[in-house]
Parts: sequence; structure tokens; C-alpha cells
Amino acid sequence: MDFLNAIVALSNFVLIPGIAYGSQLAIGALGVTLVYGILRFSNFAHGDTMAFGTMVTILVTWWMQSIGISLGPLPTALLALPFGILGCIVLVLITDRAVYRFYRVQKAKPVILVIVSMGVMFVMNGIVRFIIGPDDQSFSDGPRFIISARDFKTLTGLDEGMSIKTTQLITVITAIVVVALLFWFLNKTRAGKSMRAYSDNEDLALLSGINPERVVMITWIIVAALATIAGTLYGLDKSFKPFTYFQLLLPIFAAAVVGGIGSPLGAIAGGFVIAFSEVTITYAWKKILVYLMPESLEPSGLVQLLSTDYKFAVSFVILLIVLLFKPTGLFKGQSTT
Amino acid sequence: MTDTVKNSLLFALVFTLIIISGFFQGWNNAMFILNMGIISAIMALGVNLQWGYAGLFNVGVMGFVALGGLAAVLVGMPATPGAFSAGGPGVILAILLGAATIIVAVFTYKKMSAGRNRSLAITAILIFGFFVFRGFLDPAVGLIEDVNPAATGYLGGLNPGTQDTYRDNGWIMLIAWPVGGLFAAGAAWLIGKAALGLRSDYLAIATLGIAEIIIAVLKNEDWLTRGVKNVVGVPRPVPYELDLQNSAQFVERAAAMGFDPVEGSTIFVKLLYAALFAAVLGIIFYLSQRALNSPWGRMLRAIRDNEVAAEAMGKDVTARHLQVFILGSAICGIAGAMMTTLDGQLTPGTYQPLRFTFLVWVMVIVGGSGSNLGSILGGFLIWFLWVQVEPIGLFLMDIITAGMAEDSALRAHLIDSAAQMRLMTMGLIMILVLRFSPRGLIPEK
Repeated sequence: MDFLNAIVALSNFVLIPGIAYGSQLAIGALGVTLVYGILRFSNFAHGDTMAFGTMVTILVTWWMQSIGISLGPLPTALLALPFGILGCIVLVLITDRAVYRFYRVQKAKPVILVIVSMGVMFVMNGIVRFIIGPDDQSFSDGPRFIISARDFKTLTGLDEGMSIKTTQLITVITAIVVVALLFWFLNKTRAGKSMRAYSDNEDLALLSGINPERVVMITWIIVAALATIAGTLYGLDKSFKPFTYFQLLLPIFAAAVVGGIGSPLGAIAGGFVIAFSEVTITYAWKKILVYLMPESLEPSGLVQLLSTDYKFAVSFVILLIVLLFKPTGLFKGQSTT
Repeated sequence: MTDTVKNSLLFALVFTLIIISGFFQGWNNAMFILNMGIISAIMALGVNLQWGYAGLFNVGVMGFVALGGLAAVLVGMPATPGAFSAGGPGVILAILLGAATIIVAVFTYKKMSAGRNRSLAITAILIFGFFVFRGFLDPAVGLIEDVNPAATGYLGGLNPGTQDTYRDNGWIMLIAWPVGGLFAAGAAWLIGKAALGLRSDYLAIATLGIAEIIIAVLKNEDWLTRGVKNVVGVPRPVPYELDLQNSAQFVERAAAMGFDPVEGSTIFVKLLYAALFAAVLGIIFYLSQRALNSPWGRMLRAIRDNEVAAEAMGKDVTARHLQVFILGSAICGIAGAMMTTLDGQLTPGTYQPLRFTFLVWVMVIVGGSGSNLGSILGGFLIWFLWVQVEPIGLFLMDIITAGMAEDSALRAHLIDSAAQMRLMTMGLIMILVLRFSPRGLIPEK
């Protein structure tokens, strides 16, 4: 019984939140990694792109809620998501046309593009704060739990409860669908293949008649979609605040680099590595150890390795270890040295 | 028009702007812009040293600035009575043990041959070391934080005075500034050792992370900084306004110049600060300028422009990068210590990357990367805009919304959001400068 309780507590506090957060990071990191693979720079504006897409989704959600459209038990935000994606696509395409294309034509060094993306980050951040304000926004509706801790307890008779939030299930399902679609696109369609060719060897791709502007455009469209989905899922699961999205940049970068930047598969693996490390290292393990250890050995403290405020440190340390010891990342992306 | 005339005109323009703001918003405000402008200019000089001279992409400025602030507290505040005897030795022992763990791990890494055994050994050392470190640190920290938690609850600093008299030792802050530089330099050495081999944008990501970690440490290690409870009442190297107002001599002199004592004293204090800051800026500018035009500066620029060629000429690229990374970060640390002195408090919660890292980058880019004079100009100009965009935005919104109904929701929203205009403006300025004048206002020669 103790063992079962320990497993339930572990799932409730570590596994389920970790999987949901990992899926959100993975989708975010896919966006970063695609920009890096095709446009060859680290996009500092990615966090704010996510925030913008999410903001559009939220605004449409509020509008739908106000006129009474809903998805039944599912959050209305899912219905608003396509509009958010559309808004985000428009924004990044305008940005690309007005800002990035100039440097692409010039063949500017990647670091110049990174600095330019810092400027874009400021502007997008400003736009989002200007439109929706800098505060927390909540836009989730529908039932909060698929199974709440209390129901679980009465159902199984265990001491520990396990709750699964609706948003967590939605996150995981959406992530699977999105990733499957993306890989199908990259591996099976002509446009996807031309993207991969362009990422592997630009000159060769140009020689075989691939239109670079088209590849770039498709990339931005996909990136905008991924960013909006990641942002909306994160916002549904936790809450929306422009500054938090800016801060998400760090774990997302870490995920992309850990997996091997430029490698989509790596981005997904990296997302989960980062998410689980953050959750396990900042979780207070006492609750689980109490069930597993004999009474005499029970820990007196919380057995929390680091306080939750250090979660950035976790993703950062993993990032640094990978950068130093395995510069191509877990999945042989582009080298970082 | 020669360069000298053009540059003088640009500086004259910025100072005219500040003076105009003085006429409209009061001299206190103008002096505040000037003082923070000097500090911003120093930060910009530090970033320019790294980016403009050597092409190092450091977006961890915030971290170094915060470390400078920490130095101001650790040097300027008085020691908390009883705190050190309670937990001091424990903390020091824990830190030594932590450092020893890392040294042993590095040593193992160098001595053992690569393979699974080495990875296992290092992991074991680090995990064991971490638990030992926490085992010694946590109880000591608890003891320190229990000492009068409402007022202090931290170790305090090196100020020889007591809780009541430490403010008299304001001169100690002048020592704190270079100490802030040393703190930042130490951190930069550690970071540089680990991360400088990386490609430019990875160095950026790495430094971005380090800055967040430094802030997290300042926010959470209450025994060191009181965390989010903030340290207030940091002493200052200039007299207090209240003392001036109580001094008959000062009141008389202020009256002779046509100021009432309150306004006169605040402006006088800010003028003293401005003089001190300007002296620091002058020294750093002089040294940077000398460095830029020395063989060392030429070598750095050669490395920046073509690393491979410079290496082939026998230049030690990694060592020079480390050197300039440390120097630039130290300058940011000095500026951070000065800022905490000016504010009179250390508030870890207010350090935000947009304000302390990316804004400094805008200053350097707009001023002209590689040009010290440009960085100073950029520091003043961008800081001025950062402060003034909000009132200007509000003013514009008032005009735009003048035709709308008083109770219109859109009008209220637009006026509320005017404060958010500054980020957008900074981004636009940066993008426009990068596009149309990538070498900045005062280009590198």
C-alpha cells in the first residue's frame, strides 16, 4: 500500500506536471530549432512571439465567451486557437518582410540577426503589453479536473490523491498531434523536404531549384503556429503574463540546445529533459520518501534539492553541461563551438 | 563638418534635452536623469569593451550590475551583531566545501581518461558534495536568519559603525564601487572559463542564464542580501538632505541663491553625486580610450575582425577574450555598485533583463559599437528617452483620445497602456538604427 501511495504521489506531483510542462517546452523548442535550422540564428523574440499568439487567442476567447460560443467541456481557447495562429502568422510574416529579409539578402552574420531579434523582442513585448497589459490573465474555462484528488481517493481507497487537470490532458494530446503533423510534413511533403534540404546545405538546395524565400516563409508560418500552440497550452495550464513568456525563453533555448539545435527530434527530447530536471530538482521529496523508507530513516527536512525559484538555474546548468561536453547536443544537431 | 564638431553637437543636443526637461519637470528630475545617465554610460562602456572591441556577445549585464549592488551592501552596511558568530563559520565552511567539491570534480575530469567510469565518478562527487554543502549551509543559514529577522536577518557588511552610527561612514561607499567591480570580475572569470569557447549566440544564451541565476541567488539567499525583503538605508558618500536643511550655513547659502532649503538640499546632494559619478566616468573613459588605441586594443580588434588570422599571427585568442570579458563585466559591476548607492537600497526584485541588459545593448548599438564616445552618448540619450517616453506617450494618447467620450473604454485603455510605449519605442529605435545606420551615431574610426 505504501508503495502504491508513493507511486501515486510521484505521478501526481512529478510525472504529470513534468509531462505537461515538457510538452509545452518541446513545442516551444521546436520553433526555436526550426528558425535556427533554416534562418540560422537564435531567435530571442521567440518568447514574445508565443506571448503575441497567445494574446490573440485570449482576445478571441473572450469574445467567444461573451457571445456564448463554447466547446462544451473543453476550453473555449481551443476554438480560438486557429485565430491566434493566424494573427501570429501575420505578425511574423510582416516582421520577416520588414526586418529580417534585409539582413538575409545582405548575408549578414548570425550574431547581427540575433541583435536584430533583440530589437524585435522589445517591439513584440511592447505590443503585447500595450494591447493586453502587463498583468496576469486567466482564460481557461470548462471543468478544471478530469479526475480530482478527492475522487481519486474515494475511487481507489489510497491515502494519496492523484489529480489530472483537463489542461494537462489537452496539452499532451495536442503535443502528440502537433508533433506527428510536423514530422509528417517534414518527411513526406515536398515543401517539408525542401526545408530539410535547405537546412542541411543551403547552396546545394539553391542549386536544385528550391526557392529560398518560399522555404523561409513556410518556416515562419510553422514557427508562428508552434509558438501560438505552445503559448496557449502554457497559458491554459498556468496563466498568461507577458513577462513569464519572456522568461520562458531560457528553458526553451536550453531544451533546443540540449537536444541538439537544428534537430526537431532533439528539441522534443530536450523539452522533456529540461522539464523533468526542473520538476524533480525543485520538488520536496519528503512526501514520497515517507512512504518508501522505514520509519527510522524518515527524512526530517523537506528533501527539496533546490527551492523552486532556482528552476532557471537547473535548465541553465544542464545547458552548460551540454554546451561544454557534448556541443552537438543529444541528437547531433549543429555544433555550438 | 568635422567629426569633432558633429560629436560636440550631438552631446550638446542631449544635454539641451536634459536641461529642457529640467525647465518643464523640475531640476530634481533633470538631475536624476543626469545621474542615471552617467551610470548608464558607464554600463554602456563596459558592454562596448566586450562587444565593440572584442565581439563578445554578453547579455548577462544585469547579473554583473546586481553583483555590484551586492558589493555595495556587503561593504557599506554594518555587520549584524551576533549574526556572524551564529552562522558565519558554518557558511564559510559550507562554501569552502562546495568549492572543494568543484575543484575535486575538475581534477578528476582532468586526471581520469574519458569514459563511463569518469562520468560516474564525477557525478558521484558532485552529488555527494552537494549534499555535504547543503548539510553545512542550511543550519548556518537558519541561525543567521533567526537573528532579528524583521530588521536584519542577514550577515550585514563591513561598515565599522553600529546600527546607529554606520551612516557616518559614508566614505566607505567609495571603496564599495571598486569592490563591486571585483565581484563582477570574479564572476566573469568563472563564467568566462566555462562559456567563452562557445559560438557567439550560445555565449549569449549562456550569459542570459547566468544573469537569471545571479538574480535568483540574490532573491533567495536571505542570509546574504535579505532577499526580497530588500536592504534599505545603504549609506552614501554625500551628506543627507535632512542634515543640510538643519545646517544654518547651508540654508543661508541656498537662500542667497534663491532656493528654498528643501529643494536646494536635494539638488545639492544630486550635484555632489553627479560630480562623483562624472569623475568615475571620466577615469573609465580615459582608460578605455587609452586601451583602445594601444597595441592591446589593436590586437583585440584584429581578433574581432578575423579570429583565425589573429590566431595564426600567434595571438592567444581565448586568453584575450577572457581578459576583456572580465574587464567589461567589472565596469558593469562598478556601475551597479554606484546605482545601489544612488538608490540607497538593494532591491533584488527590481532587476529585470529588459531594463538592465537589453536597454544597455540599445545604448551601445545606438551610440555606435566600438566607439567609447558613442557609448557614452548612447547611454545618456537612451536613458533620457527611457524616462521621457512615458510622459510623451501619455501626452500623445491624450491628444489622440481627445475626441473620444470621457467614459470610453478604449480611451481609458489607451491612456493606461501609454506606459508600455517605452519598450516598443526602444525596440523600434534599435531596429531602425541597425537597419539604416548600423555603425551608430558616433561610428568607430
